[in-house]
Amino acid sequence: MSDKKKIRQTVIPIGPFHPLQEEPEFFKLFVDGETVTDIEINIGYNHRGIEKISEVKSFDQVTFLVERICGICSNSHPFAYCLAIEDLMGIEAPERASFIRTVIAELERIHSHLLWLGLAGHFLGYNTVFMWAWKYREPVLDIFEAITGNRNHYAMNKPGGVRRDIIDDDIPAILKMVSELVPAMDMFKGAIIDDPVIHARLKGVGILTKKDAIAYAALGPVARASGFDVDIRRDEPYGAYDRVKWNVIVEQDGDVFAKAKVRILEIYESIKIINQCLKKMPKGPIDANIKEVPPGEGIGRIEAPRGECIHYVRSDGSNSPVRHKIRAPSFMSVPTAKASIVGQQVADASIILAAADPCYCCTERMAVIDKKTNKQVLSAQDLVRMGQEKTRKLWKP
Amino acid sequence: MAKQLMFQIKDKLGDVVFQLEDKSAKRTFASIHKADLRQVAGVLHKDFKARFSIASGIDNVKNFELLYHFSFDDLGKIISIRTFVEKDDPVIDSLVPVIGPAAEWIEREIHELLGISFKGHPNLKRLLLADEWPEGKYPLRRDFKNE
Repeated sequence: MSDKKKIRQTVIPIGPFHPLQEEPEFFKLFVDGETVTDIEINIGYNHRGIEKISEVKSFDQVTFLVERICGICSNSHPFAYCLAIEDLMGIEAPERASFIRTVIAELERIHSHLLWLGLAGHFLGYNTVFMWAWKYREPVLDIFEAITGNRNHYAMNKPGGVRRDIIDDDIPAILKMVSELVPAMDMFKGAIIDDPVIHARLKGVGILTKKDAIAYAALGPVARASGFDVDIRRDEPYGAYDRVKWNVIVEQDGDVFAKAKVRILEIYESIKIINQCLKKMPKGPIDANIKEVPPGEGIGRIEAPRGECIHYVRSDGSNSPVRHKIRAPSFMSVPTAKASIVGQQVADASIILAAADPCYCCTERMAVIDKKTNKQVLSAQDLVRMGQEKTRKLWKP
Repeated sequence: MAKQLMFQIKDKLGDVVFQLEDKSAKRTFASIHKADLRQVAGVLHKDFKARFSIASGIDNVKNFELLYHFSFDDLGKIISIRTFVEKDDPVIDSLVPVIGPAAEWIEREIHELLGISFKGHPNLKRLLLADEWPEGKYPLRRDFKNE
């Protein structure tokens, strides 16, 4: 784009907090009237140098460090890290530990997807959806508290296994919780997938084509909603995923509606996985008792709620990693906004940017600036209000 | 099937890969010279439809090591391309022209954290570090001291 052309454009800075997730990130929307013509994404407002800190912590401490990368995916990072250590050593966690890890990972997916659904509902002006989703997320967190001791930061993983067992007395409560979640999800599915206003609001909005999804190497629900069929749980089975029956949800449309649908349907699959895991869980040890980590390198990857989470660890035989590379899924999914937002309406911007379920703990801001005066013309609150008003107009006959 | 693929890749790349290490059934490390990077990445990405997962940069004190992790999702396998960059000439070809925007952010990140320059990158500015961060200080280098 030439500078001359850019001057005549209006720029909308969105940030420093994401209007949906309320996390630090900065999007500059270039707009022509009501249409978005370009976007610039700035991150790094919350960079904590965890890869660097990891080099001075012991292998056991790193598990707790990576757990603190994100409060939502607080099982995904330690899980991938532990798999990397196990890959480095050429061992596998005991079978019971793999089942426990899978149960925790799927409970985490349910609470993460419900959290997104609630927020997406709120930004469309469906505050009932917000209340519902967060209400049904609570029992999941209660279960976490019962089996791990914490609502978040479960501290279940350790290299070579898990730190706590799921005791038999807790299993009925988990089964009861997930069975009660099914009718709630049916209600959600009806309220979202069959609602004509949601159709009008989300269908054909913020389309990420399959070609773009591949070019940006999109991951998780973002990729699967665009027909790019990638799911590490199936492609490179870890944990107990190859011992239970479940389906990978793939949609072809690539719009915000498809992304919402993939997430809703994935909750059902997670429920299936949890049910089967709890029934099939074998008795036995839960820890391989790793003493020392030999020199070498290992890669661990898992399907986090937002897609492939990959950890690369190198050891020189000392007590801490020489290098620990962490790549969270949002690092690949956030840049896809560039492909999906251009040509869209400003009122749809917040929901399109939110559709990637960006997690800035893992990876980070949006405002509308008039280029002539360089002043902010719209704030994040304005954008949310615009998104909600657009829905309200559709409600009226 | 994975074996067959490895034969095909070897066949296609010929002598470009000077060391191939099958760490396990799921992990392969292939060492190449940095001049061949674009060719190898192009073959893996275009001919074998590999998905670019991420790149890791490591400071080995005597040189820099770059690992490009390519995921073969149909086979559940990661092939990591290993290449070395000299300390006195920290420049390597950018992969953005070969594999597209997926490589943009990670090359910006490695550029600012390790100080490796990517030739042909369309927008090699800072990604994570603050604007006030001093020039020529690279946090992931071994000689970096936190003051």
